[in-house]
Amino acid sequence: MSVTEVQFQASGAEAGQASGAPVEGRSQWQLTWRRLRSDKVSMIALIVVVLMIVLAIIAPVFAAITHHPVDAAYPIQGENAAGNPVGPFTNGFWLGTDSTGRDLLVRILYGARISLFVGVVSTFIAAFLGVTIGLMAGYFGGIIDTLLARFTDAVLAFPYVVLALALAEAFGPSLTIIMILITFFSWAGIARIVRGQTLSIREKEYIEAARSLGAGPFRIMFLDILPNLLAPVLVVATLYIPQAIVFEATLSFLGLGIQPPTPSWGNMLADAQNFYQVAWWYLAFPAIFLLITTLAFNLLGDGIRDAMDPRTERLVAARRMRRRRDKRRTALLDGQTALQNEQEA
Amino acid sequence: MAPSTDDNVLVRVENLVKYFPVKAGGFVRHTVGNVHAVDDVSLVIERGKTLGLVGETGSGKSTLARCVAGLIPVTSGKVIFDGRDITKLSRGAMRPLRREVQMIFQDPYSSLNPRRRVGSIIGEPFAIHKTATGAERKRQVQELMERVGLNPEHYNRFPAEFSGGQRQRIGVARALALRPKLIICDEPVSALDVSIQAQVLNLLADLQQEYGLSYLFIAHDLEVVRHVSDKVAVMYLGRVGEAAPKEDLYTHPRHPYTVALLSAAPAADPDTAAARQRVILTGDVPSPITPPAGCRFHPRCPRAQEICGIQEPRLVPYKDTGGEAEPAGVAAAPWSAGADAHLAACHFPVADGESLAAAGTRELA
Repeated sequence: MSVTEVQFQASGAEAGQASGAPVEGRSQWQLTWRRLRSDKVSMIALIVVVLMIVLAIIAPVFAAITHHPVDAAYPIQGENAAGNPVGPFTNGFWLGTDSTGRDLLVRILYGARISLFVGVVSTFIAAFLGVTIGLMAGYFGGIIDTLLARFTDAVLAFPYVVLALALAEAFGPSLTIIMILITFFSWAGIARIVRGQTLSIREKEYIEAARSLGAGPFRIMFLDILPNLLAPVLVVATLYIPQAIVFEATLSFLGLGIQPPTPSWGNMLADAQNFYQVAWWYLAFPAIFLLITTLAFNLLGDGIRDAMDPRTERLVAARRMRRRRDKRRTALLDGQTALQNEQEA
Repeated sequence: MAPSTDDNVLVRVENLVKYFPVKAGGFVRHTVGNVHAVDDVSLVIERGKTLGLVGETGSGKSTLARCVAGLIPVTSGKVIFDGRDITKLSRGAMRPLRREVQMIFQDPYSSLNPRRRVGSIIGEPFAIHKTATGAERKRQVQELMERVGLNPEHYNRFPAEFSGGQRQRIGVARALALRPKLIICDEPVSALDVSIQAQVLNLLADLQQEYGLSYLFIAHDLEVVRHVSDKVAVMYLGRVGEAAPKEDLYTHPRHPYTVALLSAAPAADPDTAAARQRVILTGDVPSPITPPAGCRFHPRCPRAQEICGIQEPRLVPYKDTGGEAEPAGVAAAPWSAGADAHLAACHFPVADGESLAAAGTRELA
């Protein structure tokens, strides 16, 4: 490329920028998304999460395709001569059957609905409560703050399984109780994080600037402070979802959560315990789904956290550059070898 | 409340006091002392003029500014803005007044919300006071951006995409949005490169002419203050030691602290620098929790005598005679001395050309 060519290109780029549409700045979210996209693990985790949600939503479609309604038992096709579940890909059961001859795949997908619903919705409610209370406590300080701090400590110190057992015993196990429990044990952690962040942001000059413009406390809290909190809250919430899913599974496993015949990964695992010697798939598949889902949420949360950190971009860029250089070197070596071979021939 | 005697006066600060309680204890918090951030300060800011406020870190400059802006409650005293005492106003009554007083902050990085676009930051005042919405707001914001030397096409950018000087321009545009009467500049250029400082200062000067703004300009750079101010007040440990029209203060300083401060500023001209007598103060600034009795400056003052540690010197006007530092007569109150008065609070004021140690009993370090 000649010098004039380079100059021409440079001036062309400038002209393009000057005459183009008004320059739109890249928002924090756009940057985060760009960084997240370049991280393979996060993208796989994201795909798994989305896939799991889609599968849960279209669970009835599977029931229709296989002609196996979720609660229908098939004592003839679904059980072998000894009355035990049949294995995967037998008699039209893709993942085999459970102890009463029901389609395992359909039940796992219906279980995913419960798990994801509990995980996402209770975390969302917890995040909403945590953000509101944490914001108030951090911004106003004083007695609200003291009360919150003590209450949060108490919640975090509470043995949650014991409380869950007691509540399930007292009110009877139900989805509502599970979600109340999960929310109750999650909001305090989020509130604490939000409070800490609020305390530091409150002292920033742009908050004082907003006050000098005449902005009221709620305007400042929700328009100036909250946008700065969304990033950490999103990370924490993503990491709380798998915890909530596992908690639901635990309670259901203990018989305190979702009650049969409604399928849930927890109560399926509990039932599968009795059959693991004759039907490994009954124990394995719900466990694998639980594992993959929680793992995907955790990896996604970690990925988002890294992507929010501007320093990550440089790391990723460096890695990409190294990879490119290695590739070039390999290509060069290959070329040399080919040349040598040619010469030898 | 006494009516404003002079129509040229925009803000009159009368005996302003601001203490910050010092709390101790874990569970039962109790006040163990007070930081005397601002202690009995009286000042006048004239319309269309700039009052410079200098002093070292911790002298109470920023606290005074925040009291004048009505951002923090005062302990006692009055801030009379346009004939109204704003220290007793409720938040609701304060709201319309917010449009009249705006601030420009020191740190252009922390004074702009990193998560909001420039258009939203500069448009915030319009949103709060509901003076313009939608396309009209955007038009006004872009007009402001153009006025302060920003590209209006950058309306949708984030603060992180601008340099320090540009960010400070964003801050200026935001302060200007409501067409205030007074802009409090809290060290607006201390965080900027020297070359950028001049640009921002010139912008502020242009805006003052155009809109007839008054400035309360806080800085610790004496040259910057000299460049922008009409009048200068020197603060030390929450008190005003000296206040005078700019040239008066720089050429005939009366208070020993002012003399020391002026001698400490680096001079660009080597001849001036060589000819100048450096005054080096000994010791540190005393704690503002337990400020010294009498004159606040006496423990470090080379001229200090017995009386300085006992009796608080009053802020009195001095005649600009060139030689003698003679009290021109004790006025009833510092703010009634007239705008051009040269006020100083010292028992042994420095006369022109006099060595700082001349009247003192101590030797300079």
